[in-house]
Amino acid sequence: MTTVRQDEAGPRRASAFLFRNPRAKLGLTLAPPLTWFVVVYLGSLAFLLATAFWYLDVFTAEVVRGFSLTNFQTLLESDVYRTITIRTVGISAAVALTDIVLSFPLAYYAARLATPRVRNALLIAVVLPLWANYLVRVFAWKLILTPSGFLNWLVELTGLGSLQLGRSNWSVWLTFVYLWLPFTLLPIYAAFERMPSSFLEASADLGARGWRTFRSVVLPLILPGIVAGSIFAFSLTLGDYITPELVGNTQFIGNVIFDNVGVAGNIPLAAAYALVPIGIMAVYLYLAKRAGAFEAL
Amino acid sequence: MGSRAFRILVKVGTALTLAFLYIPLAIVVLYAFNDAVGQSWPIEDYTTKWFGIAWRDVRVREALVNSLQVATVATLLALVLGSLAAFAVHRFRFFGRTSVSFLLVLPIALPGIVTAIALNTTINNFGIPFGLFTIFVGHATFCVVVVYNNVLARLRRTPTSLVEASMDLGADGWQTFRYVTFPAIRTALVAGALLAFALSFDEIVVTNFTAGSTPTIPKFIYNNLRLPRNRPVVNVVALAVVLLMLIPVYIAQRIAGGADVATRSRASDLETVP
Repeated sequence: MTTVRQDEAGPRRASAFLFRNPRAKLGLTLAPPLTWFVVVYLGSLAFLLATAFWYLDVFTAEVVRGFSLTNFQTLLESDVYRTITIRTVGISAAVALTDIVLSFPLAYYAARLATPRVRNALLIAVVLPLWANYLVRVFAWKLILTPSGFLNWLVELTGLGSLQLGRSNWSVWLTFVYLWLPFTLLPIYAAFERMPSSFLEASADLGARGWRTFRSVVLPLILPGIVAGSIFAFSLTLGDYITPELVGNTQFIGNVIFDNVGVAGNIPLAAAYALVPIGIMAVYLYLAKRAGAFEAL
Repeated sequence: MGSRAFRILVKVGTALTLAFLYIPLAIVVLYAFNDAVGQSWPIEDYTTKWFGIAWRDVRVREALVNSLQVATVATLLALVLGSLAAFAVHRFRFFGRTSVSFLLVLPIALPGIVTAIALNTTINNFGIPFGLFTIFVGHATFCVVVVYNNVLARLRRTPTSLVEASMDLGADGWQTFRYVTFPAIRTALVAGALLAFALSFDEIVVTNFTAGSTPTIPKFIYNNLRLPRNRPVVNVVALAVVLLMLIPVYIAQRIAGGADVATRSRASDLETVP
């Protein structure tokens, strides 16, 4: 007994105290990360929300820290901003849809036809490009899409004439499809993998051909995976401003925000506009949750 | 869905998808050796001269030093905050527990521009000078979830009976952590740290809003992309960055095992969301 008492100094006593008081232990463990996130992140988001109601003084162009709905009025009533919002959401949806369709062959092959070895190699091959620097991958497409670049060369090689996308919405769409493809591939792969073979056999036994089985059996089963994958493709396109700037010739929501923080100098308007993607994503995530997408991740 | 034609179709589709994923990267690699300043395809002459020019470029060096500093400090903070949060969520039941995961993943789950402008308005409002510190604050915030996900996944796979056995044998809290818990999560920590480092080194969307005029490697690429005469140096930096990124990710993959390590931090950030 005496030896234990001698030991009970410093660290050992602290350890014993924490053992007897799990609440204190929890507090010590949770406080640092929670403080950081509440102060730095939630604090910043709160500031963003507040800034959205500030406005620029018409005469001095100084930010007035009052309360006004001017920014929202501008965003709703101006044709320019409405067009930009619709374009951003439209291209985001198109990108998500294209990525979903492109994901099917590889996801199906990896999940249901490949040997475990090949499957692992394929999954790593899908994920690795995600880590090869976002900007470099956009840059790669800038190289490919220039009029004298790889894409035009490839099309001319086939003898079908020439294809010069240059700076266009098509280029933006194609680059985004490339950037986020792994994000849709992985959940769709996981959904295919979870799909029981017996369902397919039953469908075939009941006389359904390939397309019918796909539409009535496979598609409902993998729908949560599809929705889960689309969240990333959609959200990441919605919040991007670099790709439209580098390979496109039109503006996205992000470009307006970037310009207003920088050159145009209307931070309150930028803050108000940033609430638009938040609102869209909130609705999207709510619908995705109802579709069971989070269990599919 | 088992017919021969279908299988062939799926295989061809898979091959095409892989080509789609890797041809752009191959093109970046080839352009780094392009002799000409112009960017037309096919490349006429190959050279390694731009590597030397890029290496001696002071702007590249300054950006590299900044990027390495920020990534190192952000990774260290993310390691501490991420593992603490993982322990709290794994070991305790408390009010709002499920919201912790949600809060940590928010900086990545929300559209990038939102996090970017939120930090920007706050920094502006408090008159904090833009620079390495502000970049670090942003990076640390979204790196935490990478460490958190890796450590939490490992803790969930580690049987709690080991910890109980250690306590039964008379070890105190520190000894249990030192000899039981820490060895169990060590590789998850290393993997999380490598991925957090890579994430920070890669970041541009938020960095553009928090850096002011301080250069980082992605900012160097971003600023010089549009200047045709700087393209050869950008090509080389792009190749170097791809290689620099793939090495830590590959190691993380190896030590923590399985294809899910890198995906856990990028593609399934929402997996911990209730």
